[in-house]
Amino acid sequence: MANEFLVFDHVTKRFGALTAVNDVSFSINKGEFFSLLGPSGCGKTTLLRMLGGFERPDSGRIYLEGKDITDLAPNQRRVHTVFQNYALFPTMTIWDNIAFSLKLAKKPKAEIEEAVDNILEMIRMSDHAWKYPNQLSGGQKQRVAIARALVDRPQVLLLDEPLAALDLKLRQHMLLELDTIHDQVGITFLYVTHDQGEAMSLSDRIAVINKGKVEQLAGPAQIYEAPATRFVASFIGDTNFFHGEIVSVDGDYCYIQGEGFPQIKAYNDKKLSVGQEIDLSVRPEKIRVTLTPPPPEKGASINVFPSKVKDIVYQGVYTKFWVTSSGLQIQSLKPHSRFLLDQEPITWNDEVFVWWHPDDGYMVTAVD
Amino acid sequence: MNNPLRSKKAEWFLTSPSFLWLAVFFVIPAIIVLAFTFHGHDASGGVGDWSFSTWRELVDPDYPAIVWNTIRISFEVTLWSIILAIPCAYAIARMNPRWRAIVAGSIMLPFWTSFVVRVFAWKTMLHPDGWLQACYIVFLRFREWLFDWLPGFFQQFLVWTGLATAGHVDPATSTILDSETAVVLVSVYSFLPFAIMPIYTAAEKFDFSLLEAARDLGAKNFYAFRKIFMPGVKQGIISAVLMVFIPAIGSYVIPQMLGGTNCVLIGNKIFMRAIQNRNIPHASALAVLMAVSVLVPLGLAMWWKHRQDARDKKRLEAQTARLMTNDGGAES
Repeated sequence: MANEFLVFDHVTKRFGALTAVNDVSFSINKGEFFSLLGPSGCGKTTLLRMLGGFERPDSGRIYLEGKDITDLAPNQRRVHTVFQNYALFPTMTIWDNIAFSLKLAKKPKAEIEEAVDNILEMIRMSDHAWKYPNQLSGGQKQRVAIARALVDRPQVLLLDEPLAALDLKLRQHMLLELDTIHDQVGITFLYVTHDQGEAMSLSDRIAVINKGKVEQLAGPAQIYEAPATRFVASFIGDTNFFHGEIVSVDGDYCYIQGEGFPQIKAYNDKKLSVGQEIDLSVRPEKIRVTLTPPPPEKGASINVFPSKVKDIVYQGVYTKFWVTSSGLQIQSLKPHSRFLLDQEPITWNDEVFVWWHPDDGYMVTAVD
Repeated sequence: MNNPLRSKKAEWFLTSPSFLWLAVFFVIPAIIVLAFTFHGHDASGGVGDWSFSTWRELVDPDYPAIVWNTIRISFEVTLWSIILAIPCAYAIARMNPRWRAIVAGSIMLPFWTSFVVRVFAWKTMLHPDGWLQACYIVFLRFREWLFDWLPGFFQQFLVWTGLATAGHVDPATSTILDSETAVVLVSVYSFLPFAIMPIYTAAEKFDFSLLEAARDLGAKNFYAFRKIFMPGVKQGIISAVLMVFIPAIGSYVIPQMLGGTNCVLIGNKIFMRAIQNRNIPHASALAVLMAVSVLVPLGLAMWWKHRQDARDKKRLEAQTARLMTNDGGAES
């Protein structure tokens, strides 16, 4: 445990009656881009603040490169934070803001100048060096905040919802920028966000946090395709849930029976047995919508639901369908990989078939 | 566009009340005071004919010392008030809103009692048999010990500026009442709210997450306080300095009641000349003298600051140029 780079070891933090972080353990690798993803109030920011030294856990320890840092003050750990509101010092120029930590460390003047000039060049802000923070735009402030936290090469860089205050376009641009910066500096990034898109596009690994607990810790694709819990499945992206009981097992597959829909065939990757209750999560893009039934040779082994189209949202890249089938609401996402106008259009109230392969659903535990 | 309130004429019209107010209550009285100094006075306390006699009579050998003492004591009062007010303002701004209201209210509470009554209360507290007197003797002994410990030229400097006196403490003659210490103490007491309030107003707007950011980047608490909080409330501190220094310069109730004959300030002299000697032109001349003594150094300081700012700006431009050429060098 202690020889890993950054370790949270059974960490618990309470605020009065509220348990913000509940017996959380995980570790982060050196140089990794690691995200803590969860809804607001899930405890992810508390975890970050404990690592920064602004909160002390009620129990449990935090180790950084084998050293117990749990009780160290913020200024005694080489862990820097990029704050959500940037927290640039308004009375200092950009140059002085960035040089702050180096001056505190009493580095030689030439070394400070070189380091600051270099990082200014990296964030392409050299010609803004002698401006004050209030003269910069949001994206520029963000880059300066990152540079200020990175300039003395901390062991870990903490990013607390750094893009939340930016507009959509700028956010997408900064995502790429962050990725590039991470590649350039090779420092471990710990990124806190409630935005699954940000976490998915940047992270090597993601810890999905809910109610002070880690629900799942895995790579982005793993989390999306094989969510560990119903919460993860619903928090990351859209999904359809089918709740039911396993009525029979056939080799690697099983059949699920729920209220109001025919039996569903699913890949039994958890090796569950007959009688167990389960939620099956099927992502909308895994579900096809067609006017004609699927080819018969396929039809025997896949799930097919005759349905009626209730709602359509055309998005250019894809169209989203909401259909009803024997009282169930199912959403499906149809990507447009061929020229759309040549195809027979599906419109409101059309009788359609929705179908998916048993391998494309994923079973999650029924209880939260 | 057609807003009639936007036109130049309307602007004059709308701001005229404040100009009028300033003119009637500040500019015209100041001119009258200045004009009085170029008049003589008559025996019945009236203002006489145009004459330079008042300025010629202003060569009392006591005046330079009194002017200097007034400036020095006002400076001390301001310094102590600011030193006490900054941590107070910081603490209040960090409280939760309920406590903030209670404490800020308590600071203003003394204003519900007459100023003269409060100063008079201090007179009782500072009585030679009181415990504050006992504390004062301990303080004097400590100061004497510190003074003896200093090198000779330093001692001479302190004596010369009047910041310290040579010689040993005699409890019988060293009463806190009727001393400069009493005047400074009670002045700080009286003016402290005027120092706390502007700094508190600035501190309330201060973003305390900046202190967290500073600590995160390796700063100790006090360093963050000094380098981030203090510059952050600079405007409040400047207002506080003015709010304390200006009334301190003109104060005469406190030295009158608590300074005895050991601490006569310019305010007391002006009072004496105007009310006791019935010499309004002389009192006016003293007021002008005092104002000039403060405004001339202040003007010089502002000129120096302006020049310094211009230099800083040039330095920053030069540094930007340095960075730009570095970039150019990297590309070519």
